[in-house]
Amino acid sequence: MLKINNLHASIEDKSILKGINLEVKAGEVHAIMGPNGSGKSTLASVVAGREEYEVTDGSIEFENEDINELAAEERAHKGIFLSFQYPVEIPGVSVTNFMKTAINETRKAKGLNEMPAKDMLKLIREKSELLDIDRKFLSRSLNEGFSGGEKKRNEIFQMAMLEPKLAILDETDSGLDIDALRIVANGVNKLKNENNAVIVITHYQRLLDYIVPDFVHVLYKGKIVKSGTKELAHELEEKGYDWIKEEQKA
Amino acid sequence: MDLKDKLVSSFMAFENDIDVDSYVHDLRSDAIKIFEKQGFPSKKEEAWKYTSLNKILKEDYSVFPNREKVLEYSEVREYFIHDIDSYKIVFVDGKYSSHLSQTTHDGLDVCLMSAALAKPKYRLVIENYFNKAASKDSLSSLNTAFTQEGAYIHIPKNKLVEKPIQIIHFSTGSESATMLQPRNLIVADENSHVQIIERHQSLSSNAVLTNSVTEVFASKRAIVDYYKIQNDNNNASLIDNTFIKQKQQSHVSMHTFSFGGKLTRNNLNFYQNGEHINSTLKGVTIIGNKQHVDHNTLVHHIEPNCESHQDYKGIFDENSTGVFNGKVIVEKDAQKTNAFQANNNILISDKATINTKPQLEIFADDVKCSHGCTIGQLDESALFYMRSRGIPEKEAKGLLMFAFSNDVLNSVKIPEIKQRITKIIAHKLGVNIGFDL
Repeated sequence: MLKINNLHASIEDKSILKGINLEVKAGEVHAIMGPNGSGKSTLASVVAGREEYEVTDGSIEFENEDINELAAEERAHKGIFLSFQYPVEIPGVSVTNFMKTAINETRKAKGLNEMPAKDMLKLIREKSELLDIDRKFLSRSLNEGFSGGEKKRNEIFQMAMLEPKLAILDETDSGLDIDALRIVANGVNKLKNENNAVIVITHYQRLLDYIVPDFVHVLYKGKIVKSGTKELAHELEEKGYDWIKEEQKA
Repeated sequence: MDLKDKLVSSFMAFENDIDVDSYVHDLRSDAIKIFEKQGFPSKKEEAWKYTSLNKILKEDYSVFPNREKVLEYSEVREYFIHDIDSYKIVFVDGKYSSHLSQTTHDGLDVCLMSAALAKPKYRLVIENYFNKAASKDSLSSLNTAFTQEGAYIHIPKNKLVEKPIQIIHFSTGSESATMLQPRNLIVADENSHVQIIERHQSLSSNAVLTNSVTEVFASKRAIVDYYKIQNDNNNASLIDNTFIKQKQQSHVSMHTFSFGGKLTRNNLNFYQNGEHINSTLKGVTIIGNKQHVDHNTLVHHIEPNCESHQDYKGIFDENSTGVFNGKVIVEKDAQKTNAFQANNNILISDKATINTKPQLEIFADDVKCSHGCTIGQLDESALFYMRSRGIPEKEAKGLLMFAFSNDVLNSVKIPEIKQRITKIIAHKLGVNIGFDL
């Protein structure tokens, strides 16, 4: 589904990703771990199409198509979704209206008619129940005044609404208490099937107890320096990142 | 002959046609002297530093448009808020259009300034209110000298006027360049409530310069909600001079929606004379294409325990220019004043300009006054966030700008106006706001 080859990316001439190789197949869950500043969020942003980052070398293929030249919205239309580490507050646009616009723009891009209002309401009801989201919450301005947990839950609600093929969860666990973490993880697991894939970006092992990865990669200084299975995550939890750093020095 | 000389000499001819003994006659004579002495304001004056009238004054305006054109409702329906029942006072090239209007004398007066100036039964109101709020600046004085026509609205005590009143001035371009000087007087007696919508609309590509004066008097506990829709074409300029006098416990709100016109200058002045007064000044400006909009506001707090809220938002595209100059004066006795002022602007183009200047003069020591102005571009992270959800760049920008101006729309009390403004904004921003509000 996703094939990243020798990806180099920089922002304002500062090189951040220095040759990433990663392949994610349908049905898989990948975790990307690593110390702060290793390039985890950059990787997420580059795959989602953030224009501030410049791809200087390598390629990103999604379903056998090079997507490097595609705008963020076009990638979204193809089924790539990024759950933000810091969801942006948008005063004046309600959660519901935002989702309606997003869904209908995606449908428009695919040559479909707008979703009938009745179906939209039904979908919103169904998905908000999945994430245990209060109805009142949906008429509030997007992320404005939301708590950290509410923002993250809202991200997964959006994921549920858009049903992406590839979901990248960027530090979705940060700022969540254990109950919120469980709700969010449970939501992701319910949406998971053999046709879609998830990349979980996290600093800690905690979330991976709930969303169990098939593969774990360690990102350090812009490169994937180690890959393994979920046991690698446990090892990192126990030993921290220092041994990775030591290994790289050697 | 330049425009000033033309106006001064036209006044002499005009004076012969008006009643020499009338109360207003002396006001006119004094007013033309002020104008003759001061002339049109220039950029040398602090209040006009960023707005130059030079270009628009070069046109050879006809001061008394002659040919009267008859407009059919179907031709101009789109300029009315037509989905509500309302009173209408409509003028075409400065002359009253009876068949487009719907006036009344049934329990309130919604009629013509010309009638109010001529008929004895209005004499007392005219003597008590006419030109009592307007300042003696040159442009207002020019209007006073030439006052002929406009809206006269008098709401008696305890009257709640359910239908909004629309004041619309059309210009048809029957002359190659037209100068109009409408004069409106609105008197809301104690405990009354009225809603007013004002619009100036040119129907041709010929030049129009409107120098309008509106005086509003809100008595004790009166509520006046006033909406100005400024969406004129690119050859029409408007200098709007509005003066609002408020007595205790009155609430007056002014919403100014500036979406068009060549040059628009809003001189909006609130004078509070009493306690527990609330004044609201809000505006949305969305312009491009060499357009210029200048909001020059004044709120004068004189007595204690009053409030004023100013919130102006501007979106400037292409080589448009905007000016916001907001002055708040809090007099020594005006303790416990709560005065809030915000002016937020987004520049979409590198060529657009905004000059924003808050001016607070506070002589009392126990007050809450705040002001803030921002000038920025659209938030890149918000744009990326929206685009990552599949909303294309253009729509995302539109939605962000729409949201930006939304605050101001929230306080619009007439749903049909809110809807109309929303539509104009969506159109201006070139987006289809794909949902109901």
